[in-house]
Order: sequence, then structure tokens, then C-alpha cells
Amino acid sequence: MLSLAHFLLLGAALFCLSVAGIFINRKNVIVLLMCIELMLLAVNMNFIAFSHFNGDIAGQVFVFFILTVAAAEAAIGLAILVVLFRNRNSINVEDLDSMSG
Amino acid sequence: MTDLWLIIPELSLLTLACGVLLIDVFRGHDSNAVTFWAAIFSVLAVLALMALYFPDGSTIAFFGTVKIDPMGTVLKAFALALVLMSFFFARDYFGKNQEHFSEFYILAMFATIGMLVLISANSLLTVYLGLELLSLSLYSMVAMNRDSAQSSEAAMKYFILGALASGMLLYGISMLYGVSGTLQLDQLVAYTEMADQQRILMVFGVVFVIVGIAFKLGVVPFHMWLPDVYQGAATPVTLFIGTAPKLAAFAMAVRILADGLQGLAAEWSSMLIILAVLSISIGNIVAIAQTNIKRMLAYSTIAHMGFLLLGILAASSSGYASAMFYVIVYALTSMGAFGTVILLSRSDTEADQITDFSGLAKRSPWFGFIMLVLMFSLAGVPPFAGFWAKWYVLKEVVAAGYVWLAALAVFFSIIGAYYYLRIVKLMYFDDSSDPQSLVASQDMKLVLSVNGLAIFLLGVLPGSLMSICVIVTIPYSG
Repeated sequence: MLSLAHFLLLGAALFCLSVAGIFINRKNVIVLLMCIELMLLAVNMNFIAFSHFNGDIAGQVFVFFILTVAAAEAAIGLAILVVLFRNRNSINVEDLDSMSG
Repeated sequence: MTDLWLIIPELSLLTLACGVLLIDVFRGHDSNAVTFWAAIFSVLAVLALMALYFPDGSTIAFFGTVKIDPMGTVLKAFALALVLMSFFFARDYFGKNQEHFSEFYILAMFATIGMLVLISANSLLTVYLGLELLSLSLYSMVAMNRDSAQSSEAAMKYFILGALASGMLLYGISMLYGVSGTLQLDQLVAYTEMADQQRILMVFGVVFVIVGIAFKLGVVPFHMWLPDVYQGAATPVTLFIGTAPKLAAFAMAVRILADGLQGLAAEWSSMLIILAVLSISIGNIVAIAQTNIKRMLAYSTIAHMGFLLLGILAASSSGYASAMFYVIVYALTSMGAFGTVILLSRSDTEADQITDFSGLAKRSPWFGFIMLVLMFSLAGVPPFAGFWAKWYVLKEVVAAGYVWLAALAVFFSIIGAYYYLRIVKLMYFDDSSDPQSLVASQDMKLVLSVNGLAIFLLGVLPGSLMSICVIVTIPYSG
């Protein structure tokens, strides 16, 4: 039988994978966007597990809001990506270094 | 039905923002002036409604998701006033550059709705939604300068790090929800005040929540986005990001930490001490090395946000009052500083280098004086407003028993005074490389003068604003 701990471990594992992805990835901005989506899904896993095992519906409602906001966020992220590519002809993370200091 | 009257400012701003958007779409290319005045009218109308429906006490509405109280309403009124002023600066800047950026006003209005929602949040869900509405609008405002490679790079960095911060905040929220079984901040606080074995899990959640708040405030070590965004964005966008959203970020910190997690104050105070020490030291030291004024002001923001945390970490009602005074004074001062950068810019050049301020006092004695007041205020020289802000915060830190922390903050403020006074020296003692007179519209000059005079008056009479801050934070003394 699956317990709350199993779901929390899965959520934590997905969350760690996504944070590691953001910090290790030095190649492509699209991979960063994928990591951000994964991070939000990891949080959703936590919310649903808590909601189910606590017998409280608010956590599942929160998940709907996160999914909706994630869609809006992805739309804006991809729009910025298009603008970035048009200006620099590259979406390489290492090329994002014109400002420093 | 009575609940609806409580959120009438938010509702009307949302309706008016949609109306302004439609006006802008239908007016086509010559929409700038119409959109500008429509936006000004909308913000003024919301301010009037807010004064009309000023709450007598604290009310929780909409199934516990919204809290309308005097502190929130005062913060909202200041945020709206700052937004209003930023519109005048933005019109002047875009007018000089012959650019048509009427979407600035619309995005700014949607960001303002986000701020209002965030300020009146009483549920972790409302905090998240308000924060995202604010952040998503800000990301697109940074990217608005479509043909600038720097702007799009800054927007991308802001977006990635902002989304990461939201993810961290959400993970923390999910932990708090899981342990306490509620999203409502007023129920959560009852839970945190009982000491039990699940405290460690709560603290685990609090760490993530603090990371999220620190990202949004831009305190070290979560400040990486701030200098790049300030430098890369168009100056009016930088001005907007550097002012009103700081009030919202302060409200978010107080709502989550004081409304929701007061029982864990010992834990989160010690986390905030680390963040505050790092920001005040690194912000002030790195700012000295900057040659770009926007980047310098970004590091100055980092240092000032560290000071803001000092007020919050005292975890008392007078501590929150001092932090509220600090953030209002800081937002007004930085509005004036970025306004002066806009004043100096011309259609062909962006005046974003520190040397562009050389000889300003000779070119325009009045605006040289205003900038002098603003820089002295940021540096914390008595008797300007920034001095009193620092004084009240430090008094609370000492009262909370952290004398060493106050001494450290004073030490780094003295180091920080160097880069503010350098600008004053350039303005008054150096010759200008640019003999042309300043180009700016009359209304923008008026707004900038009012802004500078407000800082001057707040320095002479800090008591009036401070007593407002003390009165509205009384509920936290319980």
C-alpha cells in the first residue's frame, strides 16, 4: 500500500531533479523552461498527496490554480524566448552574458 | 454581496484596466495620449474609491482568502500613488524617444492589480496568485523593448529566476499546507503557536518560503537577477520595478511571516539575519565598483532591502511599523533617482552612466538640488527622510537585542555613503561634458519636484508618516 511518504519522496525527487536541471544545464534555454514546468508539477504532486491524506479539498483546488498559472507562465516564457532569439540568434545559456559586474 | 464592497478597489481597477486595453486596441497607432490619460484617470478613480471605503478595522472575506485592514489599505494607496507618478515619467521618456509603448500603462495596471491582491492576501493561494499576476506583468514589461538585445536578455534572466523563486515558494507552501492542513494565514498562525513534534517540518517549509520572499525582494544571495534587470530594462520600466512592487514585496513578507508564521518567529528571524547581513554588506560594497547608474542603484536597492529585513526580523509591531516607513521612504526616493535618470536622457542618448551627472548643478540648479536631496536621503544623511528610516529600523533592531547587527548595518551604511556622495561631487564640482539644456515636459518636471520636496518634507517632519505606520500595525502587537 502506498503511503504519504512515498508521494512526498516522489515529489521531492522531481523537485530536486528540476532544480539540478536549472543549475547544471548550460546549453539550452528551452531545457530551463522544461525544468520550471517539472518543478511546478513536483509541487502539484505534494499538494495532491497532502490533500488526499489529510482529507481536505483545498490542496486540489490549489493544483488547478498552479496548472493555470503555469500555462500563462509558459506562454510568457516562450514569448520572451522568441524575442531573445530574434535579437541574438542564439538561445544558448552561455551566451546570456552581455551584462556583468 | 457585502464581501464585494470590500474589494471594490481591486474590482474597479480590473474593470478599468480591461477598458483601457480596449481603448488602446481600438485607437490604433495614435493611442499613446488617450491611453495615458485613461490610465491616469483609472488609477485616480481607484484611489478615490479607496479613500471612500477606508476600513475601520480588519475584515476577513471571501472564505478567508482576503483580508482588508488599514495597513493593507495604506500600503495600497501608496502603491497606487507611486504607479501614478511612474506614468508621468514613462510618458516623458517614451515621448522623447518617439516610441509608442502604450502597452506600458496597461501592463503596469495589471501589475498593480497583482500588487493589490498580494497586499490584501489572507491565504497562501491569494499570495501566490497576486505574486504571479505581478511577476508575469513585470516579465513582459522588461521584454517590452523588443529590439534591444540587452532587454530581452534581462527579461529571460528575470523570468527564469522569478519562476524558480515561485517554485521554491510553492514547495514551501505545500509543506506548510501539508503539516497544518490549512491555507488560511489566520488559521496557520494558531497552528504555529502550538509547539509540537511537527515543528521541524514547518521550519522545513518556512526555509523554502523565505527563499521565495528573498528572491522577490532581491536580497543576497538571491539577488542575481536584480542588477541585470535594472540595467537591461528601459528606464521607466526600471523605475516601475524599483518602486511600487517593493511595497507589495514588503506586504507579502509581513502577511506570510507575521500574519501566518508568528509562532515560528524565532526560526525565521535568524534566517533573516543572515540575509540582511549579506545584503547590506555585499550591496554596499559592490555598488562602489559600478559605472552604470542603473546598476549602481540596483546594488543600492539590494542594500536597502537588507535594511528592510532588519525591521521585519525584530518581529514586533513597532518593528513592522519601522520597516513599513522604510519601504515607503525608499520607494519614493528611488522613484526620484530613476526620474532624474529619465530627466537627463535624450532622444539619442540614454543617460545611464554615472559621469552623465557631471555638472548637473550648473545645467539646472533646481534639479541638481533635488538629486542632492535624494542622494543624501539614500545615504542616510540627517535630516533627510532616509536618515529617519534607518534610525527607526536600527532602534527596533537594538530593542530586539541585536546591538552587533545595528553596529554592522551602520558600518556598511557609512561605506555606502561613498557612492552616493560621489554623484553629489560630480554634480556640483565637475564640469559637464554636455552643455545642452535639459529636455523634459512640464508635468514631469512638476512630478519630480513634488517627489523631491516630499522627501525633503518627510526628513523635516517624519512623525506624521511614522505615526500612520505605527497606528496601522497595532494589530500585530497582540
